Amino acid sequence: MGADINTLFQIAGIGIIVAMVSTVLESAGKKDIAQWVSVIGFIVVLYMVATWIHDLFQTIKTVFLFQ
Amino acid sequence: MEIIQIVGLGLVAALLAIVLKEQKPVFAFLITVFAGVLIIFFLVGKIVDVIRVLERLAVEGGINLIYLKTILQIIGIAYIAEFAAQVTRDAGQGAIASKIELAGKVLIMAMAIPIITVIIETVIGIIPS
Repeated sequence: MGADINTLFQIAGIGIIVAMVSTVLESAGKKDIAQWVSVIGFIVVLYMVATWIHDLFQTIKTVFLFQ
Repeated sequence: MEIIQIVGLGLVAALLAIVLKEQKPVFAFLITVFAGVLIIFFLVGKIVDVIRVLERLAVEGGINLIYLKTILQIIGIAYIAEFAAQVTRDAGQGAIASKIELAGKVLIMAMAIPIITVIIETVIGIIPS
């Protein structure tokens, strides 16, 4: 379970960093760049979570004899 | 004492989600989803053991394996539908969550039809005409 909880902290870390960076960029007047940072951070985290959900559904498929 | 691990995971995820909710609600939602995935991953390992025992008992008892397979698939559909409905409800989309639950019920009913048919035919066969 060690590697898995690390992913949780990775997601939280990316979220906090993206929030900080976009706040700084917005206060510096670069609103469009802040928007892009948020979108890219969201895509990265979404990719991680989607990979895990895929793993989970594959496991459930094999466990509950769907294949 | 795996329950302590689960509880700790849940608490940590809840705290991180609260921290992020102010700035980026999307990330808080993703953390919640991921915590749910982790916990279910953890439980699947336990469910496997139970299912192996059930399979062994079914083979020893000479039960047709197609019934066990149907029941296991029904249980799987129930777990997946519940998970998805909770995630969707957490995202504030109660209507979609209700539809997912409805879909789960309908699919379970469709899968249970062969078993129900066998039961009804058996009962009809028992009744003397």
